[in-house]
Amino acid sequence: MGEVEVTHPPKSSAAPPGAGPAPGPPAMPAVPPRRTAFAEGLDRLRAAATTEPGRLRIIGAVLALLVLAFGAVTAWQTDDRASAADDVLNRSQPLSSDAADIYRSLADANTAASSGFLAGGQENATAGSRYENDIRTAAEKLVTAAANSEPDSPSAVAIAKLNRLLPEYKGLVERARTYNRQGYPVGGAYLRLANSRMQDRMLPAAEELYTSENERLKADYRDATPYPWAAMALGVIALGALAWAQQRTYRRTNRVLNHGLVAATGAAAIVLLWLVVGHSVARAGLNGSYDHGVRSLNALHDARIASLKARGNENLSLVARGADTVKVGGQTYDAYYYDFDRNIADLGRSLAEAKRLADDRAGGRPVAAAEDDMAVWKQRHASARTEDESGNYQQALDKVIGAEGATGECFDSVDAGLKTALAHERDQFEQSARDGRRAMSFLPVGAAVLAVLGAAGAMLGIGRRLSEYR
Amino acid sequence: MNAREERGRRASLRGWGGVGAMAAGCALALASVLLLPLTQSAGDPDDGPPAGAGRVAAGSQARADACADPEKQTLAPSGADGPTIDAIKARQGAKRKLIVGVDQNSYRWGYRNPNTQGAELEGFDIDLAHRIAADILGDRDAVQFRAIPTNQRIPAIEDGRVDMVVRTMTIACDRLSDVAFSAPYFKTGQQVLAPKSSSITGYDDSLADRRICTATGSTAYTKLSEDKQNGRLPSSTDISVTVPNQLDCLVQLQLGAVDAVVTDGALAASQAAQDPTVELKGAAFTTEYYGVAMKKDADDLVRRVNRVLVDYRADGWQRSYDEWLSATLGKDAAPSRPPAPEYLRTS
Repeated sequence: MGEVEVTHPPKSSAAPPGAGPAPGPPAMPAVPPRRTAFAEGLDRLRAAATTEPGRLRIIGAVLALLVLAFGAVTAWQTDDRASAADDVLNRSQPLSSDAADIYRSLADANTAASSGFLAGGQENATAGSRYENDIRTAAEKLVTAAANSEPDSPSAVAIAKLNRLLPEYKGLVERARTYNRQGYPVGGAYLRLANSRMQDRMLPAAEELYTSENERLKADYRDATPYPWAAMALGVIALGALAWAQQRTYRRTNRVLNHGLVAATGAAAIVLLWLVVGHSVARAGLNGSYDHGVRSLNALHDARIASLKARGNENLSLVARGADTVKVGGQTYDAYYYDFDRNIADLGRSLAEAKRLADDRAGGRPVAAAEDDMAVWKQRHASARTEDESGNYQQALDKVIGAEGATGECFDSVDAGLKTALAHERDQFEQSARDGRRAMSFLPVGAAVLAVLGAAGAMLGIGRRLSEYR
Repeated sequence: MNAREERGRRASLRGWGGVGAMAAGCALALASVLLLPLTQSAGDPDDGPPAGAGRVAAGSQARADACADPEKQTLAPSGADGPTIDAIKARQGAKRKLIVGVDQNSYRWGYRNPNTQGAELEGFDIDLAHRIAADILGDRDAVQFRAIPTNQRIPAIEDGRVDMVVRTMTIACDRLSDVAFSAPYFKTGQQVLAPKSSSITGYDDSLADRRICTATGSTAYTKLSEDKQNGRLPSSTDISVTVPNQLDCLVQLQLGAVDAVVTDGALAASQAAQDPTVELKGAAFTTEYYGVAMKKDADDLVRRVNRVLVDYRADGWQRSYDEWLSATLGKDAAPSRPPAPEYLRTS
């Protein structure tokens, strides 16, 4: 219609105007300027838009595309978030906990080794097996951590370092034990070396690992929780377009309902609602798992590490017997007692924080118990220190590693309380995170299926109108 | 002084390059040509005694004159109480104890036997500390032991953290300005400890290119760094490894981080006793005396300890030697016995 036939010779213009050009495809233009397929398509579209069936076809195509695009973006964005939520639950949180356990096991092994030395004579079986268990736990968790770390990442570097240092450390402790059994003081020298390896190299590496695993956990949270704005905007646009199309149909035909379009609207509305509600629930669950789980877990891990360090320093002050001093503000202090005081202060702070974060009785009770144990520990430590400072070394030793009424009991109870609290908070974390993840679990597939159905509905609805023109 | 000559030699070598470049006539080049034979012979250890050595020896002679025989720079014995002893006796209750800085890592000197029940320290130094406590406070157990690292012995006395240090401490000239010493209670000398399989033969050129471990702040370290300067020790010897306690050197030796240990023969023998694969190499290359170190102005305490030592040498010293040291240093106590004390210090 209306095309200008530039290729035909002038004689054709002599044909009667009523006859019109011959039906069928116009001959391919053989003379430049050649027009692009896009321009031609645009022309075609423009031509189609002048007739109602043409307009209907375009509207149908746009509606179907909008609904499909909405579904696709929803599926893509929610899938991203669901997998990030999955990582939080199954990957980064367990790894961050593992890293904390690695730190704990190493520090505990070191404490057990120094206690064994302090006990002198035949090292008692509990200290020995505690040390062995700690080393085993650390080695096992290092394997898991290594399998989950990316090459050349800070975690991988820290893990490689720990894997190298652990057998070295163990070798030094074994030598210390052997010499101790022979009654040679060089055993104590080996233990001091092992301790400084642990304090100066291994624990910092383990702390690095813990920090970088925690960063990864936070990054996964960041990926899992933002609102899927693109999908939501597309949903609103698709619904708006569907509404407009139905209103147009109503204006032209006075028919209220077009089944296909109604179905498409329904499908799009369900996806949008599902998206908003599902994501909000997931977000709430994940944020809850962070606020009630991860933050509590971090505070408890910090408390446990502080109590371990305090115990280690308490032991080492007796191993060193005043050999190491620090000068602070002109005053000279025993280096280990000075550190102990700081560790206990850290422990108090972390316990207070954990208590503040504990949101139910089951979580608060073990923390409160640990706080009480800490208070007793401080008392007993003060009396042991007085003995030590008065030169009653044996009495001080009894008050630190003795069987009854020793600070060792308090440390063990604090540790046990923290262990219970950690298990409880981990449960809470898992529950919340699992709820969050579940809210999004079928969303990607559901959005895709519903979008396809919706697009089909829109096409069918428009097709029905179109058929009225034939 | 040697270091300055070394620098001069390097500068003159650079001067040689300048000579080549400038070809002729430059006054600086002339000067370096004139000086070259002199500096070269001073720097070359193969050319007999270095030219500077005489001056270095003269210097140390001059220093030694200022403090001849440090072991004799102590006060005459006396049993009288004074302000220091009064302060110790005035301590109340559980704190009425003599606070003694000791080592807990020196096998047979001051150590804790891991296999005995209890946590008592034992050894030759510990016996002496008990003896002094018994004399001052009337109770041999009225003593509180503080373990102190080698380089903390003097600060611990100066800060008043301990009343005295009985910790295989050598009476040395440079220490006399910081603390006061008792009369000597033991005679020893620096010795080299190395694995039996090692090619090190003693304190000589066999230490070239070897790494030696010493304790931070020990006389051994001072001696090594002096000897490296004056050429008695090959300059390629690495003495950079220092540790808080001499026993940590044995750990370094066993781990292969060093090739030899230099410490007092008495302590080196204790180390050798703990590891059958190492031995003392060569004879002692210094003579040193152990003394009890106290605060510089604690005259009454110094005199009192010297009186205790008079009794101790007559009765007790040999018993302690037999119990603790004969196994590692040999049955004959004569080489270890301190000389008859002289009390040259008057104030």
